[in-house]
Amino acid sequence: MTTLWPWLSLAGLGAFHGLNPAMGWLFAVALGLHRQSRRTVWLSLIPIAIGHALSIATVLLVFAAFGTALDPNRFRIAAAVLILCVAGYSAVNGHRHRVRVGMQTGMAGLAVWSFLMATSHGAGLMLVPAVLSLCLADRGNELAIASSLPISLAALAVHSGVMLAVIAAVAFAVFEWLGLSALRSAWINFDRLWTLALGATGVALLVQ
Amino acid sequence: MATWRPDPSFYPSPRMAAKAPKETLAYVAAFDPERARPDAIAVVDVDPTSPHYSQIVGQVDMPNVGDELHHFGWNACSSCLCPNAPHPHVERRYLIVPGLRSSRLHIIDTKPDPRNPKIVRVIEPEEIAEKANYSRLHTTHCGPEGIYVNALADRNGNAPGGIFLLDHQSFDVLGQWEMDRGPQKLAYDFWWHLGHDTMVTSEWGTPDTFENGLVPEVLLGSKYGRRLHFWDLHKRKHLQEMDFGEEHQLVFELRPAHDPTKAYGFVGCVISLKDLSASIWTWYRDGDRWAVKKVIEIPAEPADPNLLPPVLKGFSAVAPLVTDIDLSMDDRFLYVSCWGTGDMIQYDVSDPFNPKETGRVRIGGIVSRATHPKAKNGALNGGPQMVEISRDGKRVYFTNSLYGAIDPQFYPEGIDGWMVKLDVADGGGIRFDEKFFVDWPKGHRPHQVRLEGGDCSSDSYCYP
Repeated sequence: MTTLWPWLSLAGLGAFHGLNPAMGWLFAVALGLHRQSRRTVWLSLIPIAIGHALSIATVLLVFAAFGTALDPNRFRIAAAVLILCVAGYSAVNGHRHRVRVGMQTGMAGLAVWSFLMATSHGAGLMLVPAVLSLCLADRGNELAIASSLPISLAALAVHSGVMLAVIAAVAFAVFEWLGLSALRSAWINFDRLWTLALGATGVALLVQ
Repeated sequence: MATWRPDPSFYPSPRMAAKAPKETLAYVAAFDPERARPDAIAVVDVDPTSPHYSQIVGQVDMPNVGDELHHFGWNACSSCLCPNAPHPHVERRYLIVPGLRSSRLHIIDTKPDPRNPKIVRVIEPEEIAEKANYSRLHTTHCGPEGIYVNALADRNGNAPGGIFLLDHQSFDVLGQWEMDRGPQKLAYDFWWHLGHDTMVTSEWGTPDTFENGLVPEVLLGSKYGRRLHFWDLHKRKHLQEMDFGEEHQLVFELRPAHDPTKAYGFVGCVISLKDLSASIWTWYRDGDRWAVKKVIEIPAEPADPNLLPPVLKGFSAVAPLVTDIDLSMDDRFLYVSCWGTGDMIQYDVSDPFNPKETGRVRIGGIVSRATHPKAKNGALNGGPQMVEISRDGKRVYFTNSLYGAIDPQFYPEGIDGWMVKLDVADGGGIRFDEKFFVDWPKGHRPHQVRLEGGDCSSDSYCYP
């Protein structure tokens, strides 16, 4: 059962990312309201999930490549330091970026937007400790690209599956029942939670 | 500065914003036309249950003289809830107050005591020139990429004027907004359709043609602004220019529909060279282009030349001079200030191509000098100018000064400042609140009004 927690954490992070309005469900709802179309809400979720998954896949791929080239211990510490730097940067500077995609966007623009949002928020970095522990558990204390890849892909699938389920559930609930007035009180500061979560990820990786 | 919950004054949609609580305070820009004492932001009590109703209850003076405070705005507003660039945990707290003449930018904190705002940062013109190459700061709006400020000229006082960005937390100048300005040269107002990724800008002139008053030769030569410009809001690229034609001069205030799904808005044109009339135009989406149509024409009124200032004597008529307009949150009523004749007109613009007049009051005016029940002297000067509507659409506030150097061209004896309030009947119709008249302290003239928590020209929305 020792290998169950990384899977649970991947799923939990999927739910956490999905709940954050800045990761896409709100954009899907907004587009649905603009175009007065339930179908738009559902269709928009697909490029949003794809963009998010691509961002995470990129991060995991880079880490898998470095992980197999470096000594696992050094790699772990380097990754932890990088993640803490990203957390520190967002704590100081927040998440302010050029806005490139607006309300007239098509599906491709939505995927690009989701990719940029996930990447700039460091969504993939949050998954590193769980994936790393899965890879190490599988291979004793060595990282090999051959075994890391399938594990990373499985991790990506679990995370993205849960994320998609959560954005779909929230978008549906808000579009069909709750309405947007709930945003005014229910939209807690995810940016702050997110920075805390990234910081915790870095620390967890450091002491692992 | 970040909070755990969104600022309570942010509303996802204009429909929800229209249910906001009533404002209790108004912030009003006040300037000294003599440039001898500092300009100020005055705080006016607009709570009818307060013992200080209709009085100035606070004031913050600028650190210099001669700024010419004009328009101003908030650091953050409802657009922070937009799904593509969400920043909902910033507070609506700071007033961004530019000096039109000085090009200086003041950041004023309205907390903890909203009646006693304090200047927390002053950005000098040199810094704006260095980082954005602009001067003569005019209008500000909070939007998707931070705070947008427009300027009527480049750092040397020439065309092109344009827009620059400020960070909405640090207030650092981020640089010029435009990436491709196309043929655009002149600037005046700007706003946008968030739902259509479109920026709209209008035109006045370069500082040498207004800082010492309007120049008749420039006006009669149709050399002041007469165009609208449409831009891609996110690519920051000029898309389309619309020329109103030689007859029309001074295309000023832009009021896009608040509902982000609607692709139309209204703009006022101050004067027609043909007959001194003023006009309101509706811009709208026509296929994949923008188009514009004149929907209201307000005629000049014949008058005894002896009662007219030198600029109008030869015409024996008072020009209406539509210098400001404002659109209610539900996009139903358009208020039109006729600074020349003294009329404030309310139109029902439910059908944006077929406005219907639903109310009219008169106060001041070049010839009429109409009074107000609470005014002491019985002959007011200046006319309806900067107008602001409460979010629920039930109250309308306005002041009477246009611009230091232009005021005496139309009101040669000078302008004694006042601020008044209208009550709006449910189905249309306006009348003065007889208890509200601010006899503005001598030495200052009032200009733009901003209402506590937001108003009808401060916030833009991403959700219908």
